[in-house]
Amino acid sequence: MGIEFIYPEFEVIRNKSRCISCRVCERQCANEVHSCDEKLKIMKCDDSKCVNCQRCVSFCPTKALKIVKSDCTLRENANWPAQTVKEIYKQANSGGVLLSSMGNPKPLPVYWDKILINASQVTNPSIDPLREPMETRVFLGKKPSKVQRSKEGKLNCTLPPQLELSMPVMFSAMSYGSISYNAHKSLALAAAELGILYNTGEGGLHEDFYCYGENTVVQVASGRFGVHADYLQAGAAIEIKIGQGAKPGIGGHLPGEKIVGDISRTRMIPEGSDAISPAPHHDIYSIEDLRQLVFSLKEATEYKKPVIVKVAAVHNIAAIASGIARSGADIIAIDGFRGGTGAAPTRIRDHVGIPIELALAAVDQRLRDEGIRSNVSLVVGGSIRSAADVIKAIALGADACYVATAALLALGCHLCRTCQSGKCNWGIATQRPELVKRLNPAMGSERLIHLMTAWKHEIKEFMGGMGINSIEALRGNRLMLRGIGLTEKELEILGISHAGE
Amino acid sequence: MQIIDAADLDYRAVNEALREAESDFIIEGCCGQRFIAAGISGKNLTINGIPGNALGAYLNNANITVNANAQDAVGDTMNEGKILIHGNIGDAAGYAMRGGKIYVQGSAGYRAGIHMKAYKEKIPVMIIGGCAGSFLGEYQAGGVIIVLGLHKDGRRIVGNFPCTGMHGGKMFLRGSCEDIHFPKQVTAKCAAADELEEIREYLSEYCLDFGYSMDELLSEPFTIITPDSKNPYKQMYVAN
Repeated sequence: MGIEFIYPEFEVIRNKSRCISCRVCERQCANEVHSCDEKLKIMKCDDSKCVNCQRCVSFCPTKALKIVKSDCTLRENANWPAQTVKEIYKQANSGGVLLSSMGNPKPLPVYWDKILINASQVTNPSIDPLREPMETRVFLGKKPSKVQRSKEGKLNCTLPPQLELSMPVMFSAMSYGSISYNAHKSLALAAAELGILYNTGEGGLHEDFYCYGENTVVQVASGRFGVHADYLQAGAAIEIKIGQGAKPGIGGHLPGEKIVGDISRTRMIPEGSDAISPAPHHDIYSIEDLRQLVFSLKEATEYKKPVIVKVAAVHNIAAIASGIARSGADIIAIDGFRGGTGAAPTRIRDHVGIPIELALAAVDQRLRDEGIRSNVSLVVGGSIRSAADVIKAIALGADACYVATAALLALGCHLCRTCQSGKCNWGIATQRPELVKRLNPAMGSERLIHLMTAWKHEIKEFMGGMGINSIEALRGNRLMLRGIGLTEKELEILGISHAGE
Repeated sequence: MQIIDAADLDYRAVNEALREAESDFIIEGCCGQRFIAAGISGKNLTINGIPGNALGAYLNNANITVNANAQDAVGDTMNEGKILIHGNIGDAAGYAMRGGKIYVQGSAGYRAGIHMKAYKEKIPVMIIGGCAGSFLGEYQAGGVIIVLGLHKDGRRIVGNFPCTGMHGGKMFLRGSCEDIHFPKQVTAKCAAADELEEIREYLSEYCLDFGYSMDELLSEPFTIITPDSKNPYKQMYVAN
């Protein structure tokens, strides 16, 4: 109290006429907001511990609870918003670097929302996806630039390794450690059922999930946690993580308190020891060095698996992607600045990187200009929120999208943005057994399957409306997009016309 | 003993031949081919000539003997097995190795043993006979790194910034190391008898491999370096 006191951000409002003191809220809250006064037989709460994850609200049987933003405010100041002032107080109190979770919440432009999609009218008629076949399958990997024949004139049909996806979406990297065993299992089950892929992230692959290998991207990051020959063989593809949209240019620290039991074993580091992923790969200082890592992975897996190189969207992303396309990588994954994270320094998350829409448009154009677009597939992530975002991304030039935040929302995440605490009441970003078991993998995977099935229907509706019956025919088809309320420069970078043109 | 003549083969062809080879074989005329033995297991190979970068990357329980120098990234992310180098090695040897042994007769370049790991009884070991370059054992998270400083010709046993970010494992440097500057978060002290006992097995194996005597190696004291904390960045953050 005193100078270090910061008034709680949220207030728990309990409708006393509805509350039956059943204590569900108390049992559901790992943050220990709720408690029961045994003598008076009433429920009490400590607002200062509330993170607004809505768990108690969702489970209150009498709808007696709601969480509201506190109206106890500092004197208004447009130059010094309350959030900025409170951050200064926190740093003055602790001397710490501000740490946040999930994607950038700042009101920066969302270009997806300023792009509109075309539909056919009269000429080039639209297609009814309910009656006619629509192809949403995509193949990711290097495509040959020309047809090759043997001396006898036979077609050479050997292709570089490809990933087949039933729809142009994959679940992006979230490590075992940052999310729970049950969250990983939900993603793996859903990916297998949907015919898409999920991604291990950099924490290795639990031995129970090797059986989902055909639907798994295994990641190799700077810390090389859990990377060994069997792990590389287990996945359908290998992803080299160079950067992440939420924290470009910096590494990751999974704190020692989360390195317990299976996580420790899967990562191959002692229990309680910090898992430190250095900012750079210490053997990569150039495209040639990247090429060396790409080919060491290909050699170790006998050229049977495509190699993905994942980078964060940053200023010179087009030139960077051009280098990666020449490094021998089969797929480039680009993560925009709104991408999520289990923990990142607030300042980095909110101020470093660029929007995925601009990065994607710039990269696709650059690779086309250089005649190397077919050397690689492009996968983009960093806040793909809906089927509309997927369609817009494909039309801007992506082969497929990575989604993670949307997948977590399907699993119950309420975007309270306190993953770093390890006390996720929804059983996702936690390793506490009593919380992890709240997420049932069978139900979790079913919800993921629902979500993706719904998106797939919507994707087909969009395609049908445009008179396109194969998603491949939409890729890079920017004539299907128009900008709204964008400047000349923004339209130029996106490579689209303004609405009405 | 099967012999693979690498003189006219590129790395892909060398590895294909190697995968099909018997369990014991020799590669002759090796000249800079990269990725030799990447991810293989259950083989014993001897290399005559100089292998290129990333020798034994992701090595999975195989034994490699090199009768010459080796280049960068020896034993990158190695899991099990042993790499024996009768010469010097380049940079970033044993990056993130999680098991097995890399024994080098000569010296190592920059960043040897960076981010080495360990889990329970699986402890990687790297022994460098000569000197090591800068950033030795950076981010070391586990395992044992030993530098012997034999035939060092007046050079320092290790370059600048050893043990930066070290948060696990142990490092042993032969000599008193008064001229070496260590970072704040580690403790460097003269190794006690029981601490030397922990590495005796490795040292005697090294002596057998390269023909040194234990008495010679133990004629000087060893400096042992250990991290003060498994959580070097714990106090750095405040939840926002």
